[in-house]
Amino acid sequence: MSENQKLTDVKMPQLAESLVSATIAKWLKKPGDSIEQYEPICEVITDKVNAEIPSTLDGVMGEILAQEGQTINVGEVICRIAVGSLPETNNEQPDAAPATQAQPNNSEDSSMRFRYSPAVQTLAAEHQIDLTRVQGSGMGGRITRKDVLAYIEKGGAPGASAAAAPGQRVDAPKESVQRSSASPFKGLQYQTPTEPSPPLGTAIPNVRHSGLHLTESPKIPTIEVEGMEGGRSEYYIDVTPMRNAIARNMRQSVTEIPHAWTMIEVDVTNIVLLRNQLKDEFKRKEGVNLTYLAFLLKAVVNAIKDYPIMNSFWAVDKIVVKRDINLSLAVGTEDSVLTPVIHHADQKNIAGLAREIEELARKTREGKLKLDDMQGGTFTVNNTGSFGSILSYPIINYPQAAILTFESIVKKPVVINDMIAVRSMANLCLSLDHRILDGVICGRFLQRVKDNLEGYTLDTKLY
Amino acid sequence: MAVMEYIDAIRLAMKEEMERDESVFVLGEDVGVKGGVFTTTKGLMDQFGEMRVLDTPLAESAIAGVAIGAAMYGLKPIAEMQYSDFMFPATNQIISEAAKIRYRSNNDWSCPVVIRAPIGGGIFGGLYHSQCPESVFFGTPGLKIVAPYSAYDAKGLLKAAIRDPDPVLFFENKKCYKLITGDVPDDDYVVPIGKANVLREGSDITVIGYSLPLHFTMQAAEELEKEEGITTHVLDLRTIQPLDREAIIEAARATGKVLIVHEDNKTGGVGGEVSAIIAENCLYDLDAPIMRLCGPDVPAMPISPPMEKFFMLNKDKVKESMRQLALY
Repeated sequence: MSENQKLTDVKMPQLAESLVSATIAKWLKKPGDSIEQYEPICEVITDKVNAEIPSTLDGVMGEILAQEGQTINVGEVICRIAVGSLPETNNEQPDAAPATQAQPNNSEDSSMRFRYSPAVQTLAAEHQIDLTRVQGSGMGGRITRKDVLAYIEKGGAPGASAAAAPGQRVDAPKESVQRSSASPFKGLQYQTPTEPSPPLGTAIPNVRHSGLHLTESPKIPTIEVEGMEGGRSEYYIDVTPMRNAIARNMRQSVTEIPHAWTMIEVDVTNIVLLRNQLKDEFKRKEGVNLTYLAFLLKAVVNAIKDYPIMNSFWAVDKIVVKRDINLSLAVGTEDSVLTPVIHHADQKNIAGLAREIEELARKTREGKLKLDDMQGGTFTVNNTGSFGSILSYPIINYPQAAILTFESIVKKPVVINDMIAVRSMANLCLSLDHRILDGVICGRFLQRVKDNLEGYTLDTKLY
Repeated sequence: MAVMEYIDAIRLAMKEEMERDESVFVLGEDVGVKGGVFTTTKGLMDQFGEMRVLDTPLAESAIAGVAIGAAMYGLKPIAEMQYSDFMFPATNQIISEAAKIRYRSNNDWSCPVVIRAPIGGGIFGGLYHSQCPESVFFGTPGLKIVAPYSAYDAKGLLKAAIRDPDPVLFFENKKCYKLITGDVPDDDYVVPIGKANVLREGSDITVIGYSLPLHFTMQAAEELEKEEGITTHVLDLRTIQPLDREAIIEAARATGKVLIVHEDNKTGGVGGEVSAIIAENCLYDLDAPIMRLCGPDVPAMPISPPMEKFFMLNKDKVKESMRQLALY
C-alpha cells in the first residue's frame, strides 16, 4: 500500500489577517497516527490567539518538520500527511478514461471521497458493494446514490469486482452528468480546505497587511490592440506594471484608510513678491529654479515638527510616529504619477529643498529614479496647482497618515481691515487618515502651515 | 377544454358551485358591485344577485365571523380576504372558532366555510400586499389549507374546498392570476384535498413545493435537463394541510436529494415540516442534506424594486440551488 501513498504538505495557515508567523506549542499527532479531516493536528501560539490547526485532509501523519517551540512563517510547511491509497481502478485510468472524466475531481479534491450518505450505505449493504471500488462523481469526489446505482447496473455486484470498473466509465448517461459537473462546480460555495495563501507583500512587512489588493504582476505591454471583430468603437490598452502598481496602491489606500478631507485658503502674496525678487539671481547662482513649492515644503516641514502625529502611520494595534520627516513629492508624467522622496526634509533649507525638487522632477521625467528615491516617505505633498487645479481631493499615499495639495495661486479680491485688496491666494487641501487624525489636530496643523506661509517676508533667508 | 387564466379558473369554480348549490354564497370587500379588486368575482352579482354576493364593511374579523356563523347554520360561504395580509384581524375567528367547532361540539356542529385569500409578492405591493401567511395557520388542527399552482388545480381545489364539510383556507397566488394560463376542463371535476401531485419525474433531485415557486422550478428543471443532463422529480403539495405524507416520502425516496421551495420565509415555514417528515421516515434513503430555498427571514416584502427582486425567488435562484444539490 505504501507505494500508493502520497505525501501532502501541510502549511502554516493564515490564522488571522495580520498574522505573519506562529509558534508550534504542541503536536497532537505523532508520525504514523491516522488523521481525519478537520481533526486538530497541533496547537499553535500567536501574539493574538492560541489555536489548533485542523487537518485539511484524511490520511496518516507522515513527518513532522516544525518542532515544538519553533516559530514558523505563514505558508511554510509544518508537516506532511500521507493520503490513503487510492482505489485500484485509478491505476488503470490514464489509458482508458476519456478526457471528460471526473478524475480531476479526485486529484483536486477528494475530501468527500469517504463520506457515505445513508442512501449510499443502504445500497452498498443491500448489494454487498465495496465502496472503495466505486467512482465518486459528487462534490469533493463523494460517491452519490446514482454512482452506486450505475455501478450496480453495470454488474458491479458481488463477484464482478474489478472487471466492472472500466465498463462503468463508458456509461453514457453517467458521463453526461460528469461532464456537466465540470463547470458548475466553480459556482459552489463549498469551502475546500485550501492551502493558506502566502503572505502578501506590503509597504510595511511584519506590521500589517491585508488581502485586499492584487499581487500578480501583469504582462509587459507590447502594443495597443485593436478590437478584432468589435469594429472601431473601442480599443484596448494593456495595463502596464506601473499602471498596475498605481491601481493597487490607490485601491489599497481607499479601501483600508477612512479618508477625511479639509481645505484652507492661504494668502501667498508675500511669497510671490519674495520669489519674484530672488528667482533670477537664484537661478544664476544655484543653476536651479526657485519654485513656490520649495517655500511650501519648508512651511509644511516646520508645521510637521510642531505636530509630529502628521508624520505617522496606522499599525492596527498602534500608531507608528516617524522621527525623520521624509517628504514624498507627487510627480506626474504623461501616463503615470510617482512619489519620489526628499529624505530628511527637516534638515534642509529652502534652497536645498528647491534643489531636491528639481533633481527629483528631472529624474522622474528621465525615468532614472532609483529604488532609494522611492522609499521611506512619511508625508506627501502634491503640487496640483502646476496643472491648474484649484481644488482636489487627494488619495493618501498608503500607508501614510495624510496628503496635502498645493493648488493654483489665484489673484483675488480679499477683505483686509474692511478694505478690499487684491491678493495672491492659494488653497491647501488635506486628506487625512481618520483613524489616526481628527479635525482639530488637522485644523491646527493647516493653520500652522498657513501661518508659516503667510509669515514669509521680503527679509526671509533662503539659506 | 378551454385554455384560461388562473384567475378565470377560480371565478369559474365559484360560478359552477353557485349554480350547482343554492347554499353557496360569496362575501367580502368589494366582491359585489366592483367584482373584486382583482376581478375574481366579476359578474357573480349580476348572475346571482346581491343576496348571494355580499359587499361587506372593511372588517375581516366580521367577514370571517359572519361566514362561520352562516356555515354553522348550514350555508356554504366563500369568504374573500382582499389580500391575505389583511387576514390577521380574522385570525382569532379562523383559528379559535372555525377550526375547533366540530371538535368542541363533539361532532354536532360543523363549519363548511371556505376562506379565499391571495398570497405572495412580486407585484410591487410592498409590505401590506405581498405576504405569505401560510405559516400562521399551518399547524392548526381542524383547518385545511390548499395552495394551487395551476389553473386546473385552482378550479378543482376550490370546488373541493367548497364541498368540503370543514373549514378550508384557499391561498391563491396573486402573481399567478394573469401570469399562469392552462387547460381547464369545462366539466365538473374536483382535485382531491390532501393529495400531492407529481409534476415531473426525474432521478437526480427532488423538488417539493407549492404555489408560484413551482413555476420557476419547472422552468429550471427543463433547462437543467437540456443543458446539463440533470433530471428533476417535482412534487406539488397542492394541499399544505394535511400534508400528503406518502407522496412526500415517495418523492424523497425517488432521488435521495430533496430541495423544498416556498415563498413564505424559511423559519417556521411549511418546508420545515416537510423536511421533518422526510427526516423521520427516509433517513436511510437520503443522499444529501435536505435543503430549503425560501423567502428570507426579514419582516416584510420591500417596496423598492431591486429589493423586491432580492426578496422574491426566481428561476435563476431555484436553478442554482437545484444544480448545487444535483452536484452534491
